[in-house]
Amino acid sequence: MKILKLSLIFLFIFSFNSLMANNEEINSKITKNLRCLICQGQSIYDSDSEFAISIKTLVNKKLEEGFSENQIYDFFKEKYGDWILYDPGLNKNTYILWLLPILIFLIGGAIIAKTFIIKKNN
Amino acid sequence: MKNKLLPIIITSLFIIIFIFFYKGLQNSNIYTPETKINIKVPSFDAELLFEKKLINSSELFQVDKYYLLNIWSSWCVPCRQEHPLLMNLGKNKNLELIGINYKDTKINAKNFLAELGNPFKKIIFDDRGIKAIEWGAYGVPESYLIKNGIIIKKYIGPLNKTLFNEINFLVK
Repeated sequence: MKILKLSLIFLFIFSFNSLMANNEEINSKITKNLRCLICQGQSIYDSDSEFAISIKTLVNKKLEEGFSENQIYDFFKEKYGDWILYDPGLNKNTYILWLLPILIFLIGGAIIAKTFIIKKNN
Repeated sequence: MKNKLLPIIITSLFIIIFIFFYKGLQNSNIYTPETKINIKVPSFDAELLFEKKLINSSELFQVDKYYLLNIWSSWCVPCRQEHPLLMNLGKNKNLELIGINYKDTKINAKNFLAELGNPFKKIIFDDRGIKAIEWGAYGVPESYLIKNGIIIKKYIGPLNKTLFNEINFLVK
């Protein structure tokens, strides 16, 4: 019985620790993907400005409240627009950014393939 | 024919790319936030500076009139500069002023108001700066013009005489 109790206590402590570590991990992942809007060129994670400190506190609070990573991004996007995200989603303002590399890759591939086929045929 | 067409296509493609990047060079890479917005006032529970109770932010803007929400702090020098204008705006009967005291201590905030006057009807106490983020603020001072629970205009930085006149004109 005693062993069972002890193991339960250990299990509780370790699960709590891992939960804390997990929250911290998500927190740093989120704050690294948020742009500091008043100290440009830095992420919220890197910055120590008043703005960045407030955002970090709010991210922590939202995670404690059970918000998911995407819900937190949506919250900040609603308040500050797409610019606050380093990794913006696909929408009408960013589709060129996402589709252009694929398009260039496909066109390049087509040119290479065509050259090889022509050479082979010759 | 095919041999003639290819250099033309390549040259025009390069010219287009050149124009595209040249235009891009002239664009400012400094982020300028949107100031004309039409969004609902955020809803959150907040502590007040002078009363020991929690209030929901949306309750503050219920009446059908103009509100000016001002984010300020006792340590912020531009807030001190714009304060006389806020005192003047406080006299306008069509406008009600609500304050958010940003990252301050209650004692310093109260001393600031005792010295310069209190134009605010209610003041939200935001010691951690997270209520200001709910409003989409960047720092202090910042002001929002609100009508029917909708933010109609955002003023980043201290108010000046021109903006003061604009606000008076809008709430007429």
